[in-house]
Amino acid sequence: MIKRSVGERVFEIINIIILTFLGLIALYPLWHVLMASISSGDGLARHTGAMFVPAGFSLKAYQLVINTPMVLKGYGNTLYILVFGLALSMAMTILGAFALSRKGLYGRKVILLFIIFTMYFSGGMIPFYFTVKNVGLADTRWALIVPTCVNTFNFIIMRTGFEAIPVSLEESAKIDGANDFIVLWKIILPLAKPVIAVIVLYYAVGIWNSWFNAMLFLRSRELYPLQLVLREILIQNDTAAMTMGGGDADTGMLNEVLKYATICVATIPILVIYPFLQKYFAKGVMVGAVKG
Amino acid sequence: MKQAISFGKTVPRQKKPRLLRELAKNKYIYIMLIPFLLFYIIFMYGPMYGAMIAFKDFTPKLGILGSPWVGIKHFEAFFGSIYFWRLLRNTISISLQTLIFGFPAPIILALLLNEVRQAWFKKTVQTISYMPHFISLVVVCGIIKIFTGSEGIINDFMVNLGQERRDLLLDPALFQPIYVISDIWQKIGWESIIYLAALSGVDQELYEAARIDGAGKWRQLLSVTLPCILPTIVVMLILRVGSMMNIGFEKIILLYNGNTYETADVISSYVYRKGIQEFSYSFSTAVGLFNSVINFFLVLSANTISKKVNDTSLW
Repeated sequence: MIKRSVGERVFEIINIIILTFLGLIALYPLWHVLMASISSGDGLARHTGAMFVPAGFSLKAYQLVINTPMVLKGYGNTLYILVFGLALSMAMTILGAFALSRKGLYGRKVILLFIIFTMYFSGGMIPFYFTVKNVGLADTRWALIVPTCVNTFNFIIMRTGFEAIPVSLEESAKIDGANDFIVLWKIILPLAKPVIAVIVLYYAVGIWNSWFNAMLFLRSRELYPLQLVLREILIQNDTAAMTMGGGDADTGMLNEVLKYATICVATIPILVIYPFLQKYFAKGVMVGAVKG
Repeated sequence: MKQAISFGKTVPRQKKPRLLRELAKNKYIYIMLIPFLLFYIIFMYGPMYGAMIAFKDFTPKLGILGSPWVGIKHFEAFFGSIYFWRLLRNTISISLQTLIFGFPAPIILALLLNEVRQAWFKKTVQTISYMPHFISLVVVCGIIKIFTGSEGIINDFMVNLGQERRDLLLDPALFQPIYVISDIWQKIGWESIIYLAALSGVDQELYEAARIDGAGKWRQLLSVTLPCILPTIVVMLILRVGSMMNIGFEKIILLYNGNTYETADVISSYVYRKGIQEFSYSFSTAVGLFNSVINFFLVLSANTISKKVNDTSLW
């Protein structure tokens, strides 16, 4: 090992200072939101500038947020869409990716072209809207599940993962009389666990974050997923549903704190889990990059 | 005559058994494909078929087929409208800015992270930088809205500099900077992953050799690191250029308002407003189709260039 020169040491220290600074900038907005969410209403109203500790302490906003029927319903709807959406997305993507990873399949090239073409050209928002309407899905939660159940990019990652599995394994199974469904279930799926984990996570994040289709297709408020409820509260500034029950004078002051608390209620669960899943996400980026 | 008939018959006879044999051999595979292909036919190709309403005066009552053809009336109306240039200008301006500022940012972050020797420090910075990627778009926009509001933290600082308190999202001059800066915050960490992967693949002996030759950090960066990750950079750049017309319009819809249409409205947000909110179905489909076609040719040319430069293509 060659000894590091003074210049290199100076560089390393400066590098760490720059990265620490960048990290703090990236983190600050989230810290600010967290601190503001546990502040008291009048404390936050009087506070100006950067916020490193809460301005007064109160958990009243959280109490109001978790007792708001719309937020609870939103969570429920999102969970519903998440469970059924994930099941359908995974089933469809696995079947498609398995079928189209068979090397000798007649018509494979044409079908792949047919699928990949949709990544680069689409009919557009309005025709899509009418397609979903005509199929009879409008104003149901299934409008948020079925029309977007296969993501072509995820399909490609999955297919790449399946193709990496040695053919010899399934050939011996086939000699033993296994049909394609058994090969998929008993051989491919167990061996493709890492790529399946990646795709489950990708779909889950996609479903969790989506709001636009919900806005397009849902008229009934009781079907709103969490993100659409958040949009009403955060973007359209509508916190009336939460403060209605409160009644007393300082709930008006809580308005801002409520928004911060809502953000936390909707985000903390994800941010708590994600560091543990990080490595899977990163893996998917690499696999996708091979043939992205 | 006889010959011609028998010739005509033998061709399908030869083909059919082969096709049947294929179907029989892979019958389960084809069964698996049915739902998958139905999805693409209905929800991907269905809208492409429906896009023909761009050439009609569509009303839901008459349906796609029943509505009268009007040729390219809607396209002419769009190209002639006062909004055409504004939309094109905003679309290109926003995507160019995210390209110029947003594209190098993750590369620089990856290069800096790559130089860190303390594994725990590297891991911590990475974890923090990915975090915004996991926050939903609605929440990100909610945070932007609170921070840029007249009582928000940015205004708290501006007051100290002697400015008046005001809602920054109402100022057309600030919309694009707000969009671009928050975009970098959202994406820098996540997009750096791919460059970190490329960097970890660089042969360490190259650095040793460069050091023996007396190359400092800067020289090593220029002569070893950058040439080694250049293929990745080029591919990512081409992909980026290929999707220039596809701006994240969901974020625009969440952040813009009547005051900022001048600088915020892009083609896809206009399609949404015209089509869904104002019910000009055919017109907005025509606008969307224009966007899709341009985008398609951008991708095609990006792919061609990618093949030439890098020997890697998208398909």
